[in-house]
Amino acid sequence: MRRGTPWVWLNAGAVAICIVMVIGLLILLTVRGMSHFWPRDVLQANYAPPTFTGELLTTEVIGEFVESEMVVAAQIASSGIPVDEAQDFYERQLLKLGNRDLTGADFTWALSDFVTDVAYPAEVVAMERREWGNFYGFLREIRQEGEPIAYSGDAADMEANRWFEFNERLQRALGIRDDIYVIENQEIGLINYAMERLRLRERRLELDGEESAEASAEIAALRRELDAEYAILQTELVALYETVNRDSAIFLAANEQEIEIVFADIVRAYKPNQMGSFSKLLTYFSKLGEFMTAEPREANTEGGIFPAIFGTVMMVMLMSVFVTPFGVVAAVYLREYARQGFVTRAIRIAVNNLAGVPSIVYGVFGLGFFIYIIGAEIDQMFYPEALPAPTFGTPGLLWASLTLALLTVPVVIVATEEGLARIPRSVREGSLALGATKFETLWRVVLPMASPAMMTGLILAVARAAGEVAPLMLVGVVKLAPSLPLDGNYPYLHLEQKFMHLGFHIYDVGFQSPNIEAARPLVFATALLLVIVIAGLNLTAVALRNHLREKYKALDV
Amino acid sequence: MNDMSSKKPHDAPSPAMKVDVSAVLGDKTKSGGETLSSCIDIENLNLFYSKDKQALIDINLTIPKQRVTAFIGPSGCGKSSLLRCFNRMNDLVDDCVIEGLVSLDGNDIYQKFVDVADLRRRVGMVFQKPNPFPKSIYENVAYGLRIQGINSKRVLDEAVEKSLKAAALWDEVKDRLNDSALGISGGQQQRLVIARTIAVEPEVLLLDEPASALDPISTLKIEELINELKTDYTIVIVTHNMQQAARVSDFTAFMYMGNMVEFDSTNSIFTNPRQKKTEDYITGRYG
Repeated sequence: MRRGTPWVWLNAGAVAICIVMVIGLLILLTVRGMSHFWPRDVLQANYAPPTFTGELLTTEVIGEFVESEMVVAAQIASSGIPVDEAQDFYERQLLKLGNRDLTGADFTWALSDFVTDVAYPAEVVAMERREWGNFYGFLREIRQEGEPIAYSGDAADMEANRWFEFNERLQRALGIRDDIYVIENQEIGLINYAMERLRLRERRLELDGEESAEASAEIAALRRELDAEYAILQTELVALYETVNRDSAIFLAANEQEIEIVFADIVRAYKPNQMGSFSKLLTYFSKLGEFMTAEPREANTEGGIFPAIFGTVMMVMLMSVFVTPFGVVAAVYLREYARQGFVTRAIRIAVNNLAGVPSIVYGVFGLGFFIYIIGAEIDQMFYPEALPAPTFGTPGLLWASLTLALLTVPVVIVATEEGLARIPRSVREGSLALGATKFETLWRVVLPMASPAMMTGLILAVARAAGEVAPLMLVGVVKLAPSLPLDGNYPYLHLEQKFMHLGFHIYDVGFQSPNIEAARPLVFATALLLVIVIAGLNLTAVALRNHLREKYKALDV
Repeated sequence: MNDMSSKKPHDAPSPAMKVDVSAVLGDKTKSGGETLSSCIDIENLNLFYSKDKQALIDINLTIPKQRVTAFIGPSGCGKSSLLRCFNRMNDLVDDCVIEGLVSLDGNDIYQKFVDVADLRRRVGMVFQKPNPFPKSIYENVAYGLRIQGINSKRVLDEAVEKSLKAAALWDEVKDRLNDSALGISGGQQQRLVIARTIAVEPEVLLLDEPASALDPISTLKIEELINELKTDYTIVIVTHNMQQAARVSDFTAFMYMGNMVEFDSTNSIFTNPRQKKTEDYITGRYG
């Protein structure tokens, strides 16, 4: 007891619990999120749940097994399936059947006891589509301009030839799709942007009363040029759409339903039951890669989350740019120049308390002050030509970053002050004794030595800001942003644009999604990614701080 | 400024002993056969850290030019406080009040218009603990010059080499000028600090117990260095170590409880002290 053994054990236990919790959280996120991208085998089975009339209504199901759970019989009975209540528990399994265009829902719960004839046919195809979610079924026929085509190759190997042909045409369609994407999102986007700038320029001239025949002629000429370019792209686009819609395929879904699917709608197709572990792994990484680099589709439940990752990192970086100088300057004044007394003490207490204000309050402040007052004023002064459409008088990246900077500035101030207080007096005196002024001493000796402490403040600020969601919903984050805040259009960094954010994305996908079963794994995957992004940002800052620490290590002579 | 010295606080204890400075210096002038001019003159100096805490009481003293003057005395007697008056380091202490006259080459350094930064360049100071900046050895020495706006590499190189040589450090560090100054030994650091101080070519060097944190060999080197430097600089050294004072200084001032008890040539102080307190201290009876 005198050695404090129980206390040591208590402390060790607390640390162990913390570690277990963190690791458990990461494992949960990883397992539930990352398993989503694995191409699972597709089963085909008959499902005949009991009915009141006793007749067997057998339906065929084709889809992926997701999970199973034990349910009390009474609960199932009360939901309208007359099961034998003598048996206490029934196992039920969640199947992802896809084919939302045919059946209306892509998930179903099936009682395991009534699932029969389970098979894993080799020829079953799993497809991701641009609309209607996944599709599971069998490939029957490939058509070109509505006419069935003949397959090259050995007639005996019909199925394989057809699959080969299918993939060839899918590659072609995907290639054309890429071209369409480039034209629609980049080239036409550029023209639209240029058009909008022209319109604003014209309006500006109008507002300034500087309209002249030459100016309007010039604008008209430029506009004609753009119109011509646009017309060219438009015809190109029409042609591309025609070619991409040339091919279609006939599929046989569950319950003998036939459906024709255009190649242009297919994102990815594979036969999971035929694939070995290696090709499954390839597909897995291709899907994971898509998740991290592509834009979202279908109300964020499919596709990737790249814009959200980008938006999060961008916002945190901007916030760091705003918060560091501001916090450091405030701390330097408070610690080095202000006379220590009642007022500075009061200010210090106020700053510390600022850190405890609920973040949504900052959101309201950002909306009320930054956006409605400052933003509106900026619009009046610098962007009158765009009114009544607001430019800065609406939530956007700049305001979100500033709001978060405000939210985190106390952390930076406190950390910097601590750092300044730790600089040995002897070093300051050494500098002053050489004829340096107070400012020179600060600038050349004290601030560099306090820089690790500033970095510590910044690390804490980043950690807090990157995970913050509530205030962002008021000052700039949206469910789906049409473009990234950084692009090739002048002025390249669009501070007024709205952006996507991982934290808000989790909320949106998890709770605002029309298709909750499909979205749930994405919630975990996105959460994991958010953790990774924040850890990455922090590690960068920590590495920077350690470098500075090494450079300006404290004097302990 | 003289009106200030006349404003003596009521509660200030009367000085234990007035030292007749001119007598001492005059004496020395005669015996040494050379003219000793004064560098720093202190008249009726009182220093208060707060209303009821007086650290220096009516100090009168003249520091001779290009000689080494040592301040000795027990801890807390005001040696360092007095030393820090000479380059106005006490300005950094809140609520520190200084009354009296301190003049450098005849000019009052506590006048309003005095540029404190310039004063501190002219009166360099080395502290008890080596305090190199967390920069390279080169940058440490070049610091004071850079502050003055000198950035020419040729000038800096020259000054760094000259200062390091003067501080007897050049041979030890010439191959690693760009290494961190924190990586050399304590004794080297202290000599680096001295080099840094003399790089800005001050007139006076204030050494505040420069060897107290060092081992005997480093101490010896610092003492040798002081002996070499005194031809060019006026040196004032505060020390706890009486042997050191006896070894390096030409003049010694003994301070006790904020009073200047005795000031004389080092020889006289150590062989023939006029005050009982001085004798007691030197013979180790207290302090």
